[in-house]
Amino acid sequence: MKRADDRRFPHNTASRIPRSPMSTLEVHVWRGGASGEFRRYEVPRQEHQTVLDVVTFIQRRLDPGLAYRFACRVGMCGSCAMTVNGVARWTCRTHVSKVARNGGLEIAPLRNLPVIRDLVCDMREFFDKWARARGQFAPTKTRRDEFATVLPSSAARREADAAIECIGCAVCYSSCDVVAWNPNYLGPAALNRAWTLVNDVRDGARGERLEALAGDAGCHACHTHMSCTERCPKRLAPTASIAGLKRATLAAVLKGEL
Amino acid sequence: MSAARRETLLWFAQRASAAVLALCVVVHLITIVYAVRGGLSAAEILGRAHGSGGWIAFYALFVLAVSVHAPIGLRAIAIEWLGWRGASRDWVVLAMAAALAIAGLRAAWAVFA
Repeated sequence: MKRADDRRFPHNTASRIPRSPMSTLEVHVWRGGASGEFRRYEVPRQEHQTVLDVVTFIQRRLDPGLAYRFACRVGMCGSCAMTVNGVARWTCRTHVSKVARNGGLEIAPLRNLPVIRDLVCDMREFFDKWARARGQFAPTKTRRDEFATVLPSSAARREADAAIECIGCAVCYSSCDVVAWNPNYLGPAALNRAWTLVNDVRDGARGERLEALAGDAGCHACHTHMSCTERCPKRLAPTASIAGLKRATLAAVLKGEL
Repeated sequence: MSAARRETLLWFAQRASAAVLALCVVVHLITIVYAVRGGLSAAEILGRAHGSGGWIAFYALFVLAVSVHAPIGLRAIAIEWLGWRGASRDWVVLAMAAALAIAGLRAAWAVFA
């Protein structure tokens, strides 16, 4: 017998998900701040269950005191990133079936950021570094000028396009060994953002930006480990952006602009 | 010199020296394998290298590339592992560069002369 949802949305698989749990998932979740411990929970396993579903189940059914962040649930806002079985991931788009190990999950806050409580990190340093890398657009025209014409096929626009879809989830920052070793390092996300602006022909702060991001904690500190590129949920390549910045700073030095 | 200019030049120097080293290491390893497999004695090797302009030029380049490349890497390690930056670190790294260059060139000259 068909359900009402099946008639209205014949391709909707959600209505066919069994209501009874398939099995139980053993989940260890970080509780506390910088010091704390993993607490064990048992969560009913469901088909197509995401890691964010698991955390939400724990908070709503088992332990209302659990602190975590999420907003859009569809991979747009970048707020639900956590460390799942040792790897930073966006939890709303990570299926349990992909990451569970021996029927279990270990969920911790992101690495390289101060923990406020449980799974919530203090993101201030992460976004302050975007500002330090001059991640703000510096307009060269006013509202009274004509619109700038930027050809989508131009080399600079294509470079910017390749890096522009960052959602600011900090998965790359959390995965970066150089950030762990050198806390001043601007990190992949801030440098990736700067690279999009270096390629923005409308921007008027190229020189100041290159100056800001080429210090001893800037683009040249990158070891090209590529953890950021490996882990980026949007499949961006911050390593390539940083390599572009290295070339751009060298070109600026050779031209006497830096 | 601004920090941005200095870091960019150091990065370029390390990359350029790495390119030189990639070539030098291959030639060096092939030379070692050739000498060992061919059963050359130490005296025979010294006999061939002695007075060879090509040999001293190659190894002088090799030594100088090492002297540029390694200290810049140590400088980065000093920041990352020890949190050590500033003038004191740069002087120590410069001293290491000088020591590598002097010791390496001295050894090359000893074989050549």
